[in-house]
Amino acid sequence: MKLITIAGPPSSGKTAVTIKAIAALQREGVHVGVVKFDSLSTQDQSVYEKQGVAVMSGLSGNLCPDHFFVSNVSDCLSWGAEKGFDLLVIESAGLCNRCAPHIQGVLAVCVIDNLSGVDTPKKIGPMLKMSDVVVITKGDIVSQAEREVFSYRVRQVNANGTIINVNGLTGQGGHELGKLLLNAPETPDLDGRLLRFSMPAALCSYCLGQRKIGSDFQMGNVKKMDFK
Amino acid sequence: MLIDTENRELLSLPTAELLRLAPFAGDFFSSLGLELPAEEISTADYFASLDAELLEDLGLERQTLAERFTAFMELLENLKSGIDNAHIESITIRGGHDKSGRAEEFDLTVKPGEVICIVGPTGSGKSRFLADIEWMAQGDTPTGRTILINGAAPDPSQRFSIEHKLVAQLSQNMNFVMDLTVEEFITMHAESRMVDDIPSVTAAIIKLANDLAGEKFTPQTPVTALSGGQSRALMIADTSCLSTSPIVLIDEIENAGIDRKRAVHTLVDKRKIVLMATHDPILALMGDRRLVFKNGGISAIIETSNSERANLALFEEMDAKLGAVRNALRNGERISHTPLLA
Ligand SMILES: Nc1nc2c(ncn2[C@@H]2O[C@H](COP(=O)(O)OP(=O)(O)O)[C@@H](O)[C@H]2O)c(=O)[nH]1
Ligand SMILES: [Mg+2]
Ligand SMILES: [Zn+2]
Ligand SMILES: [Zn+2]
Repeated sequence: MKLITIAGPPSSGKTAVTIKAIAALQREGVHVGVVKFDSLSTQDQSVYEKQGVAVMSGLSGNLCPDHFFVSNVSDCLSWGAEKGFDLLVIESAGLCNRCAPHIQGVLAVCVIDNLSGVDTPKKIGPMLKMSDVVVITKGDIVSQAEREVFSYRVRQVNANGTIINVNGLTGQGGHELGKLLLNAPETPDLDGRLLRFSMPAALCSYCLGQRKIGSDFQMGNVKKMDFK
Repeated sequence: MLIDTENRELLSLPTAELLRLAPFAGDFFSSLGLELPAEEISTADYFASLDAELLEDLGLERQTLAERFTAFMELLENLKSGIDNAHIESITIRGGHDKSGRAEEFDLTVKPGEVICIVGPTGSGKSRFLADIEWMAQGDTPTGRTILINGAAPDPSQRFSIEHKLVAQLSQNMNFVMDLTVEEFITMHAESRMVDDIPSVTAAIIKLANDLAGEKFTPQTPVTALSGGQSRALMIADTSCLSTSPIVLIDEIENAGIDRKRAVHTLVDKRKIVLMATHDPILALMGDRRLVFKNGGISAIIETSNSERANLALFEEMDAKLGAVRNALRNGERISHTPLLA
């Protein structure tokens, strides 16, 4: 089975483009399943189901969804293998700008949208910089100039990845994205594989559920602003 | 591989020297959120000196920085040479089949400066046609069409390269979303294209856009404050001068606030291949050919005939009359008092 991780900021179009790519693959007889990671709830489960895509959701509660993802990804792979998928897509929550679910040797996709502004590419961490395929959405509502500047800025921070524009509404580019997904290498198992980038430690007291404000309650990895 | 070793050598140059050779190299550091190294320090030494915690915060790994740098410098070179190498003499679309599998049976070759109209109802296959061109289909898309560049199959590496994007699009629901003035906006676009004389290119584009737009605007006007016609005029002027894509797709240029004919001529003058999805009689008659879409395929290619073109004068007269009424409305006049209607 081929495994693919799809990350990107919330509402960038991850689900929309994944569905368009899957639809194109299904027409060619490829059997695709999806696992969606989110924090508290997810609407994506029903969106995928409506399209007839087999889907599992993992809710991380108050953990970083990407940390939660790593602890569960091997089980996702086993589930996919059991279901007999040719291709398993894992959609991340995209809530943590600093974490990325990308794994070495597993096709890594990042979805970002033109509306997020031309300064966004440099603000997004490893989930963009270390991806193999960058999908840019919402080109239907901004000017050609903004599209060109945006893809140039993406290129600046990820010079080796393949950049593809996909319209999540009309599906233009979905077929081509599907072809790129099919190029993913086979992933028989994940034991011993490395993440492409270490996830930052969730070590401050607030990561662990503290709600009280004040220095007495701040523990662990605390950084302070310099006002001098 | 020559470029590769050259780019590696750039790593050991002091920053001042690097920036002299490649002024846009500074973008590498800012795009990753790094500060520009001091003048006398080489890029390689700078990478070695960076604080581990800073790298962690930026989501970067030290050992990949040199590789990122060389890839970036290669990108700059490709973009620069892409402009010179964008020599497209023709694009050929070899027919595939429609949704029912019926063969299209045509070879359509289009050349810079030609205007091709696209007609047919929504859902008739126009978007798929564009996608076929955009990704240079090689018989591997649902329509089975093949795209040839200058008569030959394109290099596979070009299919997904942003430096070789074939199609620029201008459509009605596209808007400027950035909070910049017209001048800042065009400058930013020109910078991303690494144009040599940015101020004069910017000035030329703004002038051209003002020639096309009914109401004038200044370089200091925010792009989001432009009217529909002014936006469209600026988009056309900008695309004709700064986009490397040889094909420009326009869907329906609205009537108000822009000289439609001149807009199309502007693109033709810049040797663009203009694809226009339109059911506007005047624009349709400007086309050399019309592609008729039906059931996911091209069902006919109609050459614009002289007898069809003979209607142009009449249509333009009608258009001018309606335009005058529109102006009268805008000026608060009564329609019945408009002399042109007589
Ligand atoms: N106009 C436009 N809207 C899009 C496009 N792609 C996605 N959307 C819309 O953006 C919203 C968020 O998309 P979704 O796939 O749920 O984003 P996700 O949170 O990244 O999975 C939805 O309303 C989509 O319909 C696109 O290419 N163009
Ligand atoms: Mg989603
Ligand atoms: Zn995180
Ligand atoms: Zn924390």
